[in-house]
Amino acid sequence: MLLIINQYNMKTTALTLLTTLLLCALTSTTNAQKVYATKTGQLFFNATGGIEKIAAVNNQTDSKFVDQTGQIIFAVLIKGFKFENQLMEDHFNENYLESSKFPKADFKGYITNIKEVNFSKDGTYPITVEGDLTIHGVAKKVSTKGTIKIEKGQPQIEGEFVVKIKDYGITGLYIGDKIAADASITINCKY
Amino acid sequence: MPSRKSIIVLGFLFFITAPNISQAQIDLFAEKSEPVRDIVTATFKSTRIVNGQSIENVGKGVLDFRILHRFGQLSDGGYNLFGLDQASMRLGLDYGITKKLMIGIGRSTFEKQYDGTVKMRLLSQSTGGKNFPFSLSYAGTMIYKSLRNTNTTYIPYETDRFTFAHQIIMARKFNDYFSLQLTPTVVHYNLVATKNMPNDFISLGIGMRERISKRVNFTQEYYYRFNKIDGYYNSLSVGFDIETGGHVFQLHVTNSTGMTERTFINETAGQWGKGNIRFGFNVSRVFTVRKPKEFRK
Repeated sequence: MLLIINQYNMKTTALTLLTTLLLCALTSTTNAQKVYATKTGQLFFNATGGIEKIAAVNNQTDSKFVDQTGQIIFAVLIKGFKFENQLMEDHFNENYLESSKFPKADFKGYITNIKEVNFSKDGTYPITVEGDLTIHGVAKKVSTKGTIKIEKGQPQIEGEFVVKIKDYGITGLYIGDKIAADASITINCKY
Repeated sequence: MPSRKSIIVLGFLFFITAPNISQAQIDLFAEKSEPVRDIVTATFKSTRIVNGQSIENVGKGVLDFRILHRFGQLSDGGYNLFGLDQASMRLGLDYGITKKLMIGIGRSTFEKQYDGTVKMRLLSQSTGGKNFPFSLSYAGTMIYKSLRNTNTTYIPYETDRFTFAHQIIMARKFNDYFSLQLTPTVVHYNLVATKNMPNDFISLGIGMRERISKRVNFTQEYYYRFNKIDGYYNSLSVGFDIETGGHVFQLHVTNSTGMTERTFINETAGQWGKGNIRFGFNVSRVFTVRKPKEFRK
């Protein structure tokens, strides 16, 4: 662009250029989509079936969403889940989630009612999220309700959903016994 | 009136900016995720392969209570129920100070030995982002023989009762089904039986793990001695690691009696060929002493 200005060093050109730039700036502000992102979202799951607590937390949840389209993604490393019991964590990785084969779990979907969220006004808005959840290499459609809280322009998403462990091709003797057949997953992400 | 040239400029500017505007539709699904470093875990299923240290440490804040038990020799015959009438034991406690540093203490019936271990992970096998082909640890063990002295011609100093073992542990998990470990070892005796004997003994340990099922692994452990004490043989053990919820059971057969580095590497009296083999087991139970910070209130 600079090159062109030098080449056509005319008053009118400069004027047109200015108008064009202004126009571009104007259109891009009205069209601008904002991506909210975090790398430190919290994901908690609980699959306690018996007396022994089987729960883990991952504080390195990667998540992004677009304010206008409602497109949203979550990704976690399976090895990033911390258990109270180290051996349980090893078994979780080695025998159940097979994290060397499937290192990540992710969700790709949409906040279907994103238009109802006013990002410039503080408050808590109910949201519905739909999309594909991939765990252990198996993708399933999931839909859940959650909330988005806006505080000084900073959104925070909270949600909970339940997955059937066996739906994702995860096998093991204890599932349905010591390990609950359904695991509840809670998400809390501050963007 | 804008000149022709300026119209060209205007057109050109629109040409270069217009596609940018239409492309501004952000697609998160199309974003490529960057590769993440994956540190290999569970190369072996327990902190010991059979008798010797494996590359594994107990987790941070985890206490591992370990009972190592060896019966008598198969060659003892039916009168001793093929060795089951006799027993040699080691009770141990291991604790993970950090993810990479573990300490342990133990007490064996053999020579009433006390032992203390430090194991430190120095390098970790990893893939993605940063690749490294194997893991490396150092394990140091101090062994104290507390058996009362019966020798009347030589009254030993207290320091004579100590033996030290230094081990470099190199291990690679080839895949979920196979791991290999090499363990160069030097054992230093503060006191040896004769003047002609060296105080340092060098050996190389070889350990392997093959997965049979998700919860059962087949293990082998062999120590080759480069210089040896007369009358003793190389230690060979084969066994199974069986995992249940909070325990790891290791069942094996071995020609070694003792379970400290000094004893099983350099003082294995049994010979496989003569049936001097023992059935044994290790039971490990882990307790979380200090919860991970995520679970602390």
